[in-house]
Amino acid sequence: MNNDEINNKGRRDFIKTAAVATIAATACGSIACSCSSKKAAVGEKVRLLSPEGEIVEIDSAYLNHQEHMAIVSKLEAREGIAGKRFVMVVDLSRCKNARKCVTACQKWHYRSEDKEWLSVKLMKDSDKGAPYWFPKQCFHCDNPPCVKVCPVDATFKRQDGLVLIDNERCIGCKFCMAACPYSTRVFNWDEPELPLDILKQQYSPETGIPAKVGTVEKCDFCPDRAREGLLPPCVEACPNGVFYFGDENEDTVSNGDETVSFKQLIKDRAAYRFQEELGTKPRVYYLPPKDRQFPVERGYEDLPENIKERYKDVMEGKSE
Amino acid sequence: MELNKYQQEIFDLQKPTIEKYGKKTWGWTIFYLLWIGLGGYALYLQIVKGHEITGMRDNVVWGLYIANFIFFIGISYAGAVISGILHILKVEWRKPIIRIAEMITVISTIIGPIFILLCIGRLDRLHHLFLYPRLQSPITWDVLAILTYFTGSAIFLYLALIKDFAIYRDAKLDIPKWKQKMYKILAIGYRGTPSQKKHISVSMNLMAIMIVPLAIIVHSVLSWIFGMTLRPGWHSTIFGPYFVLAAIYSGTGVLIMAMWAYRKMYNLKSYLEDKHFIYLGYIMMILGAAYGYFTFSEYLTDWYGSEKWDNELISKLFNPAQYGWWFLFANLAGIVLPIAIVAIPKTRTPNLITIASFFMVIALWVKRYLIIVPTLESPLLPMQDTRQEFVKYSATWVEWALTFAGIATFFLFFTMMSKFITIIPISEFGDKEKKGEPVIDVQKEKDIVTV
Repeated sequence: MNNDEINNKGRRDFIKTAAVATIAATACGSIACSCSSKKAAVGEKVRLLSPEGEIVEIDSAYLNHQEHMAIVSKLEAREGIAGKRFVMVVDLSRCKNARKCVTACQKWHYRSEDKEWLSVKLMKDSDKGAPYWFPKQCFHCDNPPCVKVCPVDATFKRQDGLVLIDNERCIGCKFCMAACPYSTRVFNWDEPELPLDILKQQYSPETGIPAKVGTVEKCDFCPDRAREGLLPPCVEACPNGVFYFGDENEDTVSNGDETVSFKQLIKDRAAYRFQEELGTKPRVYYLPPKDRQFPVERGYEDLPENIKERYKDVMEGKSE
Repeated sequence: MELNKYQQEIFDLQKPTIEKYGKKTWGWTIFYLLWIGLGGYALYLQIVKGHEITGMRDNVVWGLYIANFIFFIGISYAGAVISGILHILKVEWRKPIIRIAEMITVISTIIGPIFILLCIGRLDRLHHLFLYPRLQSPITWDVLAILTYFTGSAIFLYLALIKDFAIYRDAKLDIPKWKQKMYKILAIGYRGTPSQKKHISVSMNLMAIMIVPLAIIVHSVLSWIFGMTLRPGWHSTIFGPYFVLAAIYSGTGVLIMAMWAYRKMYNLKSYLEDKHFIYLGYIMMILGAAYGYFTFSEYLTDWYGSEKWDNELISKLFNPAQYGWWFLFANLAGIVLPIAIVAIPKTRTPNLITIASFFMVIALWVKRYLIIVPTLESPLLPMQDTRQEFVKYSATWVEWALTFAGIATFFLFFTMMSKFITIIPISEFGDKEKKGEPVIDVQKEKDIVTV
């Protein structure tokens, strides 16, 4: 439907059309949705609401299933998934720095090796304390210092608890990076190298694809997958079931192998939040590294030399 | 407009300066432009290749640019606070120096924000600051405060200039037509009628009163960009007043240096007298002592409390292998030296005070660098990064080129402005100037008739 036609019709008609389109869009998720089951014959037109809020009519044959499926409108991406409160629990006693989470995350988000939205630190809390592996992604704080300082509302807190970034809004002032006490955010210092089809992909704050030069990005808890009922790639990739991801409202978290009660888990295992004293109220809980499944060296020995280098100071007993 | 004896005297002295753009001036102008050109090339590279060609990385997200930003906004205090307060207090000796002070303010308020723009990854989206502003963000506070401050200080400078523009307009100077026209437009028909005089005087007083709190707001808000974060060395309640004080202090230093330079270049010794250096020296000494007190209490509490993060930062600042020497220099040259030079009667001379100011201003720049970089190099979580440039900041030639381009722009604007307006305000040497001499009444009815 072109603009002239809209103008010719009455206002009431237009509203009706818009309503239909919105319903259609909601039902499908969006334009580039996973409507494969409803795929109609070529030539059949479907009216949809585009992410920019315009009504467009496209041939249903063009509705393709994409890997990053739920490209929702900017407005939806800002509001979040109704009724959800996403939460993550990280079991430190199971981590042996296999780094599968890191690579899975980079692969899913088309990020190069030097961009770690999720990194594994080797922590040592006190001089005589035992070192342990500490996977760290964005904590999606409930009192996020990064969101407070953003001058243009490019990073925002959603009703489902996620803190996301709109990299089409971000001006790249890096204030959020200075404000985040957990060094979670990374910056695109140069033009990211991406395959052509990814570069052309419709951007959504929920997928973070494609990356853009001069903007800030970080772990997003993969809400596009959550909309499909899938776990984030880091959770799925972990061979030891370190990460539990789920919904606080439903009181369930899953690491792919088992689904447990969130409340029970953090109660039984004396979960804590990292640097609670900062008052940021993280949405990531850690289970202390007690009764560990692997000696800490297991995560060090087989590492490539360049990554080994990172942990040398702690491993060789020098205090941080 | 008719001038009184003193006005005529000071005008005659400065006439050649605004009439001719001499060979020497051209030489300097070209020199500055070359620097600015180099900076322009660096900026072009930065925009085309991304911020990768700077030394900034994920841990140290800000570097030289932010230090320059704080520095330039800091020296802008010369005009705002020094001339504002002296105006409010009606200090007589301020008259020959206020224009220099206000020029420093306006020029550095233009240059400072350019440096914060250089930190921004997407200059093409700058309008987002106005399209989607969030009042919660200290950057929004900064945008509002600096824009207001710039407008305020530009008005303050201009108000003081109107009378002088009228003088230039009526003086039949040997200048090109466009310049004559500019003077005419800028004088906005000022003839020195009692009502015009009164309006200017009232507006000047109002602006002087407004500019002081405005300036305090600007630097407080600026300090809160750091103070509002949860980082060691930044998250400090003292930061607002500390920055304000450091700003006035460095502004005084730059003012003294500018006075010294103009006195030499334009032979203004009888107007920019020794007493001006000494009085400003006293102000500098008091500010230096206050600044020293703030510095001391800031680092004493961090060091004594010895919390883990503060401790880590302090050990970097005290360690000669890291920032120790710079920290020592910042405190010796930034606090001890100026106080000592002014306190000892023997060294209280214009030349030595200027030298002390020079080192103090450099020390305060170093201090700003030491506020920014070591803190960003001490994140709460261990960095555990093998990429050296991510762990330790070191500025690249691009950042240095743009820094020097900024300084060159400062000098260039100064040079150009001093060829357009007289450095010493003529109209200020008004009515009952200098002891005992009869004052000539400028106000004559016939002046108003000759349009």
